[in-house]
Amino acid sequence: MIGRNSLFGPLDPAPDAGYEAPPPRKGFFTDTSVCIGCKACEVACKEWNDVPENLFQMLGTSYDNSHSLNANQWRHVAFIERPGRSTAPDQPDRLADPATPPVDIGMPTVGAPPSGVPDEAKPDFQWLMSSDVCKHCTHAACLDVCPTGSLFRSEFGTVVVQDDICNGCGYCVAACPYGVIDRRTGPEGDPSVGIAQKCTLCYDRLTDGQRPACAAACPTESIVYGDVEQLRQQANERVAALHEQGVMDARLYGNDPEDGVGGTGAFFLLLDEPEVYGLPPDPVVTTKDLPHMFTRAGMAGTALLIGAALSFVRRRS
Amino acid sequence: MAEAHPVGFQWVVEAKKRGARIIHVDPRFTRTSALAHQHVPIRVGSDIAFLGGIINYVLENELDFRDYVVSYTNAATIVSDTFVDVDDLDGLFSGFDPETRTYDPTSWQYESEDTDADLHRSQADSSGDHVEHRETAAGMQHESHGSSVSARPMRDETLQHPRCVYQVLKRHYARYTPEVVEQVCGVSQDDFLAVCRAWTENSGRERTTALVYSVGWTQHSVGVQYIRAGAILQLLLGNMGRPGGGIMALRGHASIQGSTDIPTLFNLLPGYLPMPNAAKHHTLTDWIESVRNPGAKGFWANAGAYGINLLKAYWGDAATADNDFCFDYMPRITGDHGTYRTVLDMIDGKVKGYFLLGQNPAVGSAHGRAQRLGMANLDWLVVRDLFEIESATFWKDSPEVETGEIVPEECRTEVFLFPAASHVEKEGTFTQTQRMLQWREKAVEPPGDATSELWFFYHLGRMVRERLAGSDDERDRPVLDLAWDYPLHGDPEQVAAGWGEPSAEAVLKEINGYEVATGRPLSTFTEMKADGSTLGGCWIYTGVYKDGVNQAARRTSRHDQSPVAPEWGWAWPLNRRILYNRASADPEGRPWSERKAYVWWDPEKGDAGEWVGDDVPDFEKTKPPSYRAPEGSEGVEAIEGIDPFIMQGDGKGALYVPQGLVDGPMPTHYEPVESPFRNLVHGQQGNPTRKEYRRDDNRMNPVPDDDHADVFPFVFTTSRLTEHHTAGGMSRYLEHLAELQPEMFVEVSPALARERGLEHMGWCHVITARSAIEGRVMVTERLRPLRVEGRIVHQVWMPYHWGQSGLVSGDSANDLFGISLDPNVLIQESKVGTCDVRPGKRPRGTALRDYVDGYVARSGAVDHVVPVVTASADAVRRSHDVQEDGKDQHAPHQVEDR
Repeated sequence: MIGRNSLFGPLDPAPDAGYEAPPPRKGFFTDTSVCIGCKACEVACKEWNDVPENLFQMLGTSYDNSHSLNANQWRHVAFIERPGRSTAPDQPDRLADPATPPVDIGMPTVGAPPSGVPDEAKPDFQWLMSSDVCKHCTHAACLDVCPTGSLFRSEFGTVVVQDDICNGCGYCVAACPYGVIDRRTGPEGDPSVGIAQKCTLCYDRLTDGQRPACAAACPTESIVYGDVEQLRQQANERVAALHEQGVMDARLYGNDPEDGVGGTGAFFLLLDEPEVYGLPPDPVVTTKDLPHMFTRAGMAGTALLIGAALSFVRRRS
Repeated sequence: MAEAHPVGFQWVVEAKKRGARIIHVDPRFTRTSALAHQHVPIRVGSDIAFLGGIINYVLENELDFRDYVVSYTNAATIVSDTFVDVDDLDGLFSGFDPETRTYDPTSWQYESEDTDADLHRSQADSSGDHVEHRETAAGMQHESHGSSVSARPMRDETLQHPRCVYQVLKRHYARYTPEVVEQVCGVSQDDFLAVCRAWTENSGRERTTALVYSVGWTQHSVGVQYIRAGAILQLLLGNMGRPGGGIMALRGHASIQGSTDIPTLFNLLPGYLPMPNAAKHHTLTDWIESVRNPGAKGFWANAGAYGINLLKAYWGDAATADNDFCFDYMPRITGDHGTYRTVLDMIDGKVKGYFLLGQNPAVGSAHGRAQRLGMANLDWLVVRDLFEIESATFWKDSPEVETGEIVPEECRTEVFLFPAASHVEKEGTFTQTQRMLQWREKAVEPPGDATSELWFFYHLGRMVRERLAGSDDERDRPVLDLAWDYPLHGDPEQVAAGWGEPSAEAVLKEINGYEVATGRPLSTFTEMKADGSTLGGCWIYTGVYKDGVNQAARRTSRHDQSPVAPEWGWAWPLNRRILYNRASADPEGRPWSERKAYVWWDPEKGDAGEWVGDDVPDFEKTKPPSYRAPEGSEGVEAIEGIDPFIMQGDGKGALYVPQGLVDGPMPTHYEPVESPFRNLVHGQQGNPTRKEYRRDDNRMNPVPDDDHADVFPFVFTTSRLTEHHTAGGMSRYLEHLAELQPEMFVEVSPALARERGLEHMGWCHVITARSAIEGRVMVTERLRPLRVEGRIVHQVWMPYHWGQSGLVSGDSANDLFGISLDPNVLIQESKVGTCDVRPGKRPRGTALRDYVDGYVARSGAVDHVVPVVTASADAVRRSHDVQEDGKDQHAPHQVEDR
């Protein structure tokens, strides 16, 4: 069943996993250029999947109080307050002003950013919002390393955890290049405490012909659910349209089958570098090198065996 | 809009995807600004100066849609020569009485060809007593009634007459130059002119612009005039009655539109009929004539039928022509019974009991402390809500318990808390901002003892009537004679026991109206009879149960019908989706442009032509554009073929309002009641006619010219976060919503944080003359100081979602506001005030009151009352003199008013 690209490179995951004539691969296209940060996706996800409370704590990172994707947060909306890069003509040259930071390196601003520009002279800045989710990678390391078979590839090409099989070993947690999957730590008494948890792309809705809850709740169609092939095309058209409107920062993230995880089932249109949104710039499936490692380990083992055998040969002689 | 109305905002996003340019005018950078092409920060409370500037831009550059303006608005109408505008009177209009702080609007009237003696029966009644108008929020009636002016005022269609409305308007707004807008609003001239260009370039024959506001716009001491300013612009640019145009009020809750159509207001009855007044409406005829305004144009001429059908709906068989259809059973109002007056009356011990349904005034209404002290001084209080909200627990855990002002053991109020069914647990309709009724089915049974409002009031009424049965006391007749017979359904056991759920559809049928003899539902309100042979609970809703079909429950897919989607729900009146849509065609009845064709005159249709189009024409179907009213006609007959605004007394859209508004015929910039600035436009600082309750427990912060004004140097405003709903009654108690915004916070700019030593995520407190509240500090560049009148002003923003109960709790921002009201509709100024901000938490216990009292003492608010009338003495005298002149000239009846 292992094919040439089973661990790396372009692939249609469901047939590769052994499904015969599966439905077209399903996924999300999250267009952050129309996200309004309403968090309806977070709430709809929690309602449908019965995901318990997360933090109940004000974090001060703009309007984000969910912190990150974790076992109790399968959709997470990031809020990034970022000063505009353009300098208005009537403003003092930023570089010439020693009080201003010399270069904006595009890192996310947390809380109150230091600033020497008089407030009334500030140019419009950007408030970026983006709803993050499990990427449902073409090559899912979590799935590769799961020893119990709790994580499985569905007929829709998605990656799903089975609560009743997971033994809580946590291999998947370390394997995910995005830091998505996590073991639930609370609240006390929750049946899934200790169990790995993440977005299922609403597997139980898909089997009933329904959209995932977050996509159904999104008011601005920032989260679009559909066939990955079609979504990729739609995303390309959207980027082209934005470029035409002068939004040159628009770019796709995760749509490329040639990338480190073979492209993701859930991919994004971003308005800045992935790092600004807290996304890894060049994720690589952590099991990519398994064949290599296997070959090398095999070679090393063979060499050892040969060495051992030789030593016997010598002893005999 | 993205913050408070994310679902509606999808259409803005849709428009943006298609290339629309989005400009967002807001004091702070919000989720809406995040998606807009341009954010224009503005000083809170300066909107009339901003809109006035755009009106000036339109008029100066003659960018108005002239054909539309001449034919469909009152631009050509000549105003009385006694009218004197604010420019000559230091911010007052003519006719001001400094004693009562109201206007005699006689001098605001139109010039008329009719004799003075006739001027005008129609004008006389409504132009009358502004003191009473303010007390009874009479402006709300004009919301739908329009001004009941002469049907045939003098007009100059060249718009050159110096006293025509167009020229009056032009002079009035000439002061609002881009420089003045920059000075008053803190908006740069570039930003301002960009808005002007965008709005005007997107209006005219080929294009239309929609004005969308949320109800925070109304919560000002000049709130009605904010909306009026928007209406003037939309009329000048030809954006009313046309597809893609209009003014949309995004309501704060589901069915707020419904709650004014079938009102929960003290001064209105269903269908915008006025609540009878004890002093004025002694008989049925008095009441009807006051609505009908004999002599005026329009459909209010049939008010008799609407009123009698309502009385028949209330009292059924008991209401007959012989007893004036039980008109004498109707309660009467005697003055101000508004919600804030009532609260102050509670504090004063004049109110015994109070019902709260889906409302949480302990944290959701302005001046939270007054609300709580009022509720703590009742005999009984009924609270129906989804959760045990602050208004049910104030007696044991409100901030006043901490300060010792309420002692739980001694609080005399007996609270009855009833669990209420939510909207998915009961059937009924919601009416949204487009006046569209949408029927909801009951999806699930309410949990436990929770019941619908319909159930509660039906059975409460039934039990009261059972208690009174057999009484021969005259005062019990109104209750005993009520038609109180709704079919019950639901759980068969409950129905059998007499505790079933009343049929909401039966109520809808009664609202729609039907023939008494046959039970046939009426199709249109023109079928309503004034003889008691029909009944109907809300004339504007007639047609929602046409043919015995629940039209509000229609759900035809948009793909299976025209773009107007007339078969989705039902919109009043008569399923019209755009009001006054006659204006979408030119005076000859042809579409203004093919692109904006909507409703037009087809001379080939029918016997002699008909109005046709995608929507239901808002005009008599067979009245041709060429129709001119015969001499002496009134009512519907007087509406000419070129009068699209059929509910207005002259059939025209009002750029200038000769009557119906307490505070003036045109919006003019007044500073908020609390402001760190002097009014740059006039000597008159604030709205001179605003409703004030001057009491020790309702002190206002001082304004400039007072030495102590710098005690409260910052401007603050409040609004909502997407994550919570209003005062939090429906969100703070739910885990999945509460965790999204778990704490009360205060947004400040980095500059203010430096100035006051505030640390991001540290604590701070905000102080006004009413109270001090605390929250976490959120330092953000989304708030930026503005340069106003040459100096920097800091604006502070707070959400108002918290209270002491729920999964997440915090101080309530509404505690900071005092009570000052718009004079037209008695809505509170709860979107702007002045404050101080200090680091750290507020004092606790009794020290809190001492702390606030210290501020009050330092601000001088104890000894020194902020004067309301600040126009020069000479201006006040001259304004008043115009009134005297006016009496002599036109309206002898005015003498006895007041």
